[in-house]
Amino acid sequence: MIDQLIQLVYLVATALFIFSLKWMSDPVTARRGVFAGVGGMALAIVGTLMHPLIIGYSWIVIPLVLGALAGIPLSWVPLTAVPQRTALSHAFGGLAAGLVGTAKYFLWAGHGELTTFRMGAIILEVILGYLTCTGSLVAAGKLQEVIPTRPIMYRGQNVINFTLLALAIGVGGMLMIDPSRTFLFPALIVLALAFGVLLVLPIGGADMPTVISLLNSYAGLAAVAMGFVMENKLLITAGALDGASGLILSIVMCKAMNRSFTNVLFGAFGQVQAGVAQVEQRTAKSATADDAAQLLENASSVVIIPGYGMAVSQAQHRVHDLYEELTKRGVDVKFAIHPVAGRMPGHMNVLLAEAEIPYDRLVEMDDINPEMPRADVALVIGANDVVNPAARRDKNSPIFGMPIIDADKAKVCLAVKRSMNPGFAGIENELYFADNTLMLFGDAKSVIGEVVKSLAGGGSGH
Amino acid sequence: MQFDFLDGLFVLMLATFIGLDVIRRVSRLLHTPLMSLTNAISAIAVVGAILLAGEQESRLSTILGAIAVFASTTNIVSGFLITDRMLKMFKKREPAK
Repeated sequence: MIDQLIQLVYLVATALFIFSLKWMSDPVTARRGVFAGVGGMALAIVGTLMHPLIIGYSWIVIPLVLGALAGIPLSWVPLTAVPQRTALSHAFGGLAAGLVGTAKYFLWAGHGELTTFRMGAIILEVILGYLTCTGSLVAAGKLQEVIPTRPIMYRGQNVINFTLLALAIGVGGMLMIDPSRTFLFPALIVLALAFGVLLVLPIGGADMPTVISLLNSYAGLAAVAMGFVMENKLLITAGALDGASGLILSIVMCKAMNRSFTNVLFGAFGQVQAGVAQVEQRTAKSATADDAAQLLENASSVVIIPGYGMAVSQAQHRVHDLYEELTKRGVDVKFAIHPVAGRMPGHMNVLLAEAEIPYDRLVEMDDINPEMPRADVALVIGANDVVNPAARRDKNSPIFGMPIIDADKAKVCLAVKRSMNPGFAGIENELYFADNTLMLFGDAKSVIGEVVKSLAGGGSGH
Repeated sequence: MQFDFLDGLFVLMLATFIGLDVIRRVSRLLHTPLMSLTNAISAIAVVGAILLAGEQESRLSTILGAIAVFASTTNIVSGFLITDRMLKMFKKREPAK
């Protein structure tokens, strides 16, 4: 009787989770989605607490309260640090799955209750859980720049990784044949933990959005495997929703960089190249903040193309001031958002929303590109590879084929940049040497600040 | 409650299709909040962890379960809070024009 009641509660929770994701389709209904998610989670927890096999609550309530207390400050991180927080929470999710699988294995092994099916589900849960845990910790370390963001490579890397994975699968297979070999289980854990580290170490900073999405998917799959271990349909459904979300985001990210999964995982972007000696001396034209201000206020349409460099120099609020100044003068200002701008999917949108840029001014790459030839000024702030025309033209460029925002097609292109050093991926950008490009050298925050000052001060005569 | 392996696979398949379909429709503007929301939802692992910590079948399982409850609850609380915090920032242009 109570069992049926619990299952009914789980059923309602599942429906609420689906609604929660459905409401994310529009910024207007999105907050309702959060409330549905909270409701679903509350029901799931209450339903589980009613379970008749629970004999004591102290081991549940204390970690529940401590976890909540630890979670609150984690939600206060600055928005530039959201990718790290996300990676960290994937690590926690993976850890929880791995620990539950471990505990279940030793319980069942002690009672001799390990069927082949249960063993298979536990192996999947444990491998996915622990590899997600360490992989996400490495990703978080790279995003926080505790670990070098460039790809860490060594000889025979892929061979070693595959050997580790093969070993883990081999050990898993031996456990499937005879689950009572408990000494093999710790080996499986260690292999999964090590594989997670080695999988993410060689992946460079530019690929972090894809890696986070993939790890998101793994965390979901670990929850699905846990559902099979715990014989719980709610876990299977919620895990599948998370897995599907991670998968779709990974595909979006890969498409936006014109790369395949295997290429991201084993290709070590930004490491190769740099050998070609076609470094002819070219000069870029530079402009002053006053020149830029004049160009901008005489334009009728301006497209701003922000990149992660804008967030690094904390220039969002200056950009907002610029947006206000120009809008006041009747200039049509739009923001062109490349899917991989920022360090995780959708990161740039959140950073601009925080700077109070209305979200209807944020335009996706595919929608803005047809408009670019009509734009009077394209203003590139801290973006580099996503506006490099070499992606369209130069077959030898490592980013050839990657979809870009056509900044070079605007009548004038203004590019804010600290120096002529190549960007994240180490690729020289032709855009800066184009005839219609003017460079604004300096830190994004101070350059945009000067432009705004020039507009606010000198603009009264118009 | 009876649990059948094949029932589980059916549920998994249907949920995956629903998930793919629902997520595809999520606004690209909201991909970052989406990820923190699904983070919180996949912390549903708390259900398994609570059972382990509450059934207290062995010392090892109770302790591992309690740690897993802690890890999942952290994800639930921080995931939902930060999603809401981000979503509050998305505003349309003021109609005054």
